[in-house]
Amino acid sequence: MSVRISRRLRGLVHKEFVQIRRDPSSLAIAFLLPTLLLLLFGYGVSLDAHHVRVGVVVTQPTAETASFTSHLQHSPYFAPVALPDIQAAERAIGRREISAILWLREDFTRKLLAPGGAPIGVMLDGVDANTARIVEAYLQQTWQTWLAARAAESGAPIPGALAVTSRVWFNPAVQSRDYLVPGLIAVIMTLTGALLTALVIAREWERGTLEALMVTPVSLREIIISKLAPYFVLGMGGMAVSVAMAVWLFDVPLRGSFAVLVLAASLFMGAALGMGLLISSVARNQFVAGQIAIIVTFLPAFILSGFIFDIGSMPEPIRLFTYLVAARYFVAILQSVFLAGDVWSVILPNAAALVVMAAIFLGLARLVTRKRLD
Amino acid sequence: MLARVLALIVKELLALLKDPKSRMVLIGPPLLQLVVFGYAATFDLNQVPFVVYNADRSAASRDLIAHFTGTPTFHLVATVESLALIPALIEQRKAEMALAIDARFTRDLLTGRPAPVEVIVDGRNSNTAVIALGYANQILSDYAASWAGEHGASAPSVLAVRARYNSNLESRWFIIPGIIALLAQVVTLLVVALTVAREREAGTFDQLLVTPLRPVDILLGKGIPGLLIGLAEASVILVAAVFWFGVPLRGAVAVFYLGAVVFIIAVIGIGLLISALSATQQQALLGAFLFMVPSIILSGFATPIANMPQFVQWLTLVNPLRYFLVVVRSVFLQAASLASLSTEIAAMAAIGCVSLIAATVMFRRRVY
Repeated sequence: MSVRISRRLRGLVHKEFVQIRRDPSSLAIAFLLPTLLLLLFGYGVSLDAHHVRVGVVVTQPTAETASFTSHLQHSPYFAPVALPDIQAAERAIGRREISAILWLREDFTRKLLAPGGAPIGVMLDGVDANTARIVEAYLQQTWQTWLAARAAESGAPIPGALAVTSRVWFNPAVQSRDYLVPGLIAVIMTLTGALLTALVIAREWERGTLEALMVTPVSLREIIISKLAPYFVLGMGGMAVSVAMAVWLFDVPLRGSFAVLVLAASLFMGAALGMGLLISSVARNQFVAGQIAIIVTFLPAFILSGFIFDIGSMPEPIRLFTYLVAARYFVAILQSVFLAGDVWSVILPNAAALVVMAAIFLGLARLVTRKRLD
Repeated sequence: MLARVLALIVKELLALLKDPKSRMVLIGPPLLQLVVFGYAATFDLNQVPFVVYNADRSAASRDLIAHFTGTPTFHLVATVESLALIPALIEQRKAEMALAIDARFTRDLLTGRPAPVEVIVDGRNSNTAVIALGYANQILSDYAASWAGEHGASAPSVLAVRARYNSNLESRWFIIPGIIALLAQVVTLLVVALTVAREREAGTFDQLLVTPLRPVDILLGKGIPGLLIGLAEASVILVAAVFWFGVPLRGAVAVFYLGAVVFIIAVIGIGLLISALSATQQQALLGAFLFMVPSIILSGFATPIANMPQFVQWLTLVNPLRYFLVVVRSVFLQAASLASLSTEIAAMAAIGCVSLIAATVMFRRRVY
């Protein structure tokens, strides 16, 4: 009996692989999509503000203002644009030509030496609030280093001065790519895993070939396994391509072990395929299945996984909701394994959560499929 | 002819709205997305967990810590007795920032030497790291100023920073107008791209061809429902943005709608082109997706276009979403006039013309 069952299963799996080979669109979803997305995101998504165009208005040029503007010029973060007066600067910020205005007023040099002076006015373009914050942080830093350099030259004691050393661990160059690319892998694998199974099985429902399968002696378990196994292989193939690109193309350090990565990816792939299966069983229609797959898997993985937006800063109800997003756990594992190493206290709880998610989705999918068979 | 096209439009809308599953896809998820993403998609930092190592243990250093705990941005989770304990806490994500105050802190402050303080952040999320560092620097310089003031000395100069258009720098004011553009595009593109493919798969497309409708009529009949649905979707989200999320709408609504119509027409052209090129719904969906994801990433929706490499920046020039995002955000926050947005609207119109012409050509080829 067991031999016959395994032969049946082998036959089904074989059929599935033949179908994949003949229909290039599943191969495209599994390999081309991750490659394209990773290229796109890797190059397109960056939070590193470099050479930000800053309008500098110097009302009365002195040695001090020249020293500060040249200091600004040498910073990799800014590309200063000299503007004649504040009105011109206001017009430029309105036309989105510059992201901030630095205004050194006529009393800059005098106030610099006087107590409690605030000689520099900074105006940020607040439309893009995040960039504005980053620009502000860089400006503060540039201003402090300039003040410190001046103080060091003069040699006089400065009351209240602090010597602040800031360090960014795991990512000292503060490259957003190093944290975005690992997170991206989770987003992309959510998409390929869920979309792949959702579309393929919905198509079988639409064509009625799944019902034809139901009347054969094949058991439901065998059908589900035969559907999942090939797409698991495809999905892991896509994952391997993504990791290879992350390491060799984008130079993201892989500090943890490869085995942990593979294990976590398999768990996550189980959850993603389960979601796809569940969606296709509920929708039974490619149009609806495709839409649901994108809306309930891709967008939450993008926004609610902590891949780009900090989960800790979200309001409480949304933060609770993120526990339902499988990608959240995978993103946490990926970011640690890539940038920090095998941090077990991060990996183990998140891996356990992935096991639970995979079990829930696969179980639900099986339940729904069985009910619909009657 | 007009009556025929109108009949097709009505049929198309009925087909979309009568089917409960399609209707649900059009109404439920976009609203859900607006609410969830409106609240979740924020770069603002709240309650960043941090730890303190205070080797100085003086009134001055305790005052410095109080400056940090006094803001909602930071949340003190632990005070450690040794520097060696910090790495584990950050590595395990118990804390995202550490503040280490050197034993010489008070002595150096009193003698006018720069007092050593170290700030360590977790770079696994570099955006949070940079912003948290920015906040920390701000708090440190405020502290320095207040210390100098209390001790009768002249304070070191500080930057007087103000932000235009969004004085509290709320991410939500940036993200939510973006969602209007994003969802208008997603819904329009899916509606338009899948209609023709669905008819072709069901075999009803051939029936449509034997009617007196010309290919242009079919295109109009397929495109206009997309325009109506896209505009309806944009309007609902616009209302929610203003009345629910409280994003200020400072500019003219008419400018917004002019931009929206031009943008949605451009998206319809792309949707029809995808539709004409694909034989099955799966292909159409894949096509829609292959357009949608790059167009969202390369639009400046979440991350600025200026941060992208130069060749990627050139690619964004053919993306209609890029221009519409500028229109929506400037109308909302900058009260932009039509004249200042003419470049963006012209660019979207040009993309619309090209895509509609291409779609018509491809359609004729498929039909005859």
